Amino acid sequence: MTTMTIAKAINEGLRATLTNNPRALLMGEDIGPLGGVYRVTDGLIAEFGADRVVDTPLAESGIIGTAIGLSLRGYLPVCEIQFDGFVFPGFNQITTQLAKMHSRSNGNLTVPVVIRIPYGGGIGSIEHHSESPEALFAHTAGLRIITPSNPHDAYWMIQQAVDCQDPVIVFEPKRRYWLKGDVDTETPGTSADPFKAHVLREGTDATVVVYGPLVPVALAAANAAAEDGHSVEVIDLRSISPIDFDTVTKSVKKTGRLIVAHEAPTFGGIGGEIAARISERAFHSLEAPVIRVGGFHMPYPVAKVEEDYLPDIDRILEALDRALSY
Amino acid sequence: MGATHLPSTEFDGTDIEDRLEAEAEARLGDPAEPMVQLLAPDGTLGSDPVFSEYAERLNPEDLRGFYADMAKIRRFDVEATALQRQGQLALWVPLTGQEAAQIGSGRASQPQDYIFPTYREHGVALTRNVDLAELLRQFRGVSNGGWNPKDTNFHLYTLVLAAQTPHAVGYAMGIQRDQKFAASAALADGTPGQAAEPKAAVMVYFGDGASSEGDVHESMVFASSYKAPVVFFCQNNHWAISVPSSVQTRVPLANRAKGYGFPGIRVDGNDVIAVHAVTEWALERARQGEGPVLIEAFTYRVGAHTTADDPTKYRESAEEGRWRAKDPLERLEKYLRAQGLADDDFFEQVRADGDELAAYVRKTTHDLETPDIRTAFANTYVEAHPLVAEELAWFEEYSAGFVDEAEPADTEAAN
Repeated sequence: MTTMTIAKAINEGLRATLTNNPRALLMGEDIGPLGGVYRVTDGLIAEFGADRVVDTPLAESGIIGTAIGLSLRGYLPVCEIQFDGFVFPGFNQITTQLAKMHSRSNGNLTVPVVIRIPYGGGIGSIEHHSESPEALFAHTAGLRIITPSNPHDAYWMIQQAVDCQDPVIVFEPKRRYWLKGDVDTETPGTSADPFKAHVLREGTDATVVVYGPLVPVALAAANAAAEDGHSVEVIDLRSISPIDFDTVTKSVKKTGRLIVAHEAPTFGGIGGEIAARISERAFHSLEAPVIRVGGFHMPYPVAKVEEDYLPDIDRILEALDRALSY
Repeated sequence: MGATHLPSTEFDGTDIEDRLEAEAEARLGDPAEPMVQLLAPDGTLGSDPVFSEYAERLNPEDLRGFYADMAKIRRFDVEATALQRQGQLALWVPLTGQEAAQIGSGRASQPQDYIFPTYREHGVALTRNVDLAELLRQFRGVSNGGWNPKDTNFHLYTLVLAAQTPHAVGYAMGIQRDQKFAASAALADGTPGQAAEPKAAVMVYFGDGASSEGDVHESMVFASSYKAPVVFFCQNNHWAISVPSSVQTRVPLANRAKGYGFPGIRVDGNDVIAVHAVTEWALERARQGEGPVLIEAFTYRVGAHTTADDPTKYRESAEEGRWRAKDPLERLEKYLRAQGLADDDFFEQVRADGDELAAYVRKTTHDLETPDIRTAFANTYVEAHPLVAEELAWFEEYSAGFVDEAEPADTEAAN
């Protein structure tokens, strides 16, 4: 067991991947000598060389497109997109090409490309650096989407993404890159399946489903609620596509109330999808409507007001109050 | 205004009107910029300081094969168009006029090379031994692909314009790495420098319309930066549906390569011998590790963009007539006859082979099986996926609900 940050855990996970898979390689902007703008690939070019840690031209469509070609030749590319808001020049390649290649080839071709995207706000940055576009990709069949919330998951999830034969997008909670935690580099333990949700805290009055950067927020909200005598169950979704509805359903059947929180806008989002599915699966267990907590229907606001936009402890507690009022 | 150091808005000092006139001429088949041509429209063989050497490698059998392939794919094009008109295909994308560009370049590739087509490269598919009936699956609506690219190293058609160009560069980057793996493995075996497999290159097809897409630009930047073994083969057929190539580019497309730092060559796309020579040169160069080449095959889409298109709305039939006079098959036939390399019997045999192919394609198209939607469930992901499994289970239950109602009726009919 080693203590490290999420950024370091991904770095170690990538190092393990490059060591174990001779055909794995990293591609992205500034990931070589600089080690990426968040230093997630720090030191890897010195260890594995420029053929396996590839500083690319500044072109996201080119990065994803060439990664697809490399995967067709039997390689395992791991692409870094510098920031969430900059994935869109590569959106066409991801949605029309990467997601569909296995299907349109009638199963003859596989394109096991991994795309790492630092996402989310709370870092006081400028435009396009704080977004949560996961729902846009979750809507596209053929892709898998996972997001770690702690260093242990981060270490294993990046390796599991490379091992998966389907294309996987790993959304990395950038404001939690420096969050420290214990990592067992020997065995993933309960994190063996990256597409399974984790119940982080058991409770009986309501379930709060979160993922990525909001996990610590939900845990803090549950602590605060406990002081008021409310027992809140917290689920870390971990996988956004597919979603582990079994774990969520089981929890809601116990608690009768569900709150889903994410930084992304609620309209057309993951929370809405969970609300719809749970209303079908656990209708008779629900004591209240499923309540979503998330971003507003507006472009991500300027940094000075992002605190008013981002779900925080109070926003989750307010949703809990509403759920309990039914 | 006098002397000025401001950049001119004119091209190379050429007056814009002259330039437009030159472009109009170019569309009629007389390019303003030099291009490689060996076999002239009148069937006479010229020479080129670089590429004649490549043409000389061709024996009479090769030349007769070029003709047979071009005739075969033109006959196929006629048949596929007819199948669309009969409602057997949803759409067809004709290639007539571009036979030399496709057969010449495709025949220059080797089995270990990997080819990324757009969606009009039926002639290239023929040279890669793709079953032409399988090619029609996509247009009949029974598959989004139709063949296994691993069998022929001929990738699936890509319908999002230019999206396949970065795939080609990435594939070429993979070849580069394979060669390093092979070299280090050979080093470990004590046989340094001996790569296990023949050297390979990648060729990617796109058109004058697609050349405007950002993916072509990004691909050329990547290819140049990493010196990837890839040949960009642009068929400039002069029309992107209804928009002339002058809207896509104000300079010859081949000139763009210079900006990326690799050679660009314009070749007479209706001259199968020149296309073959230039492509062979480019692929050999790429296989030897000397990096990418852009080939612009100067040709013409004699027919419509697709069977849903109507060229009379946007171009003069005189223009089509001028290009028909440069027909790739006619000029090779003239040459073969003049040189005594083929006689009436040969051309009669080619026609008979074409009709046989057409009959095969017609029959096979009718017989192409409609897939079960369950295969779409199965192929969305490689690994098990709970949502797909849940939706499939629902679909099975839903479908089963109809079976009980249908069965008694079937039984009655059988009785």
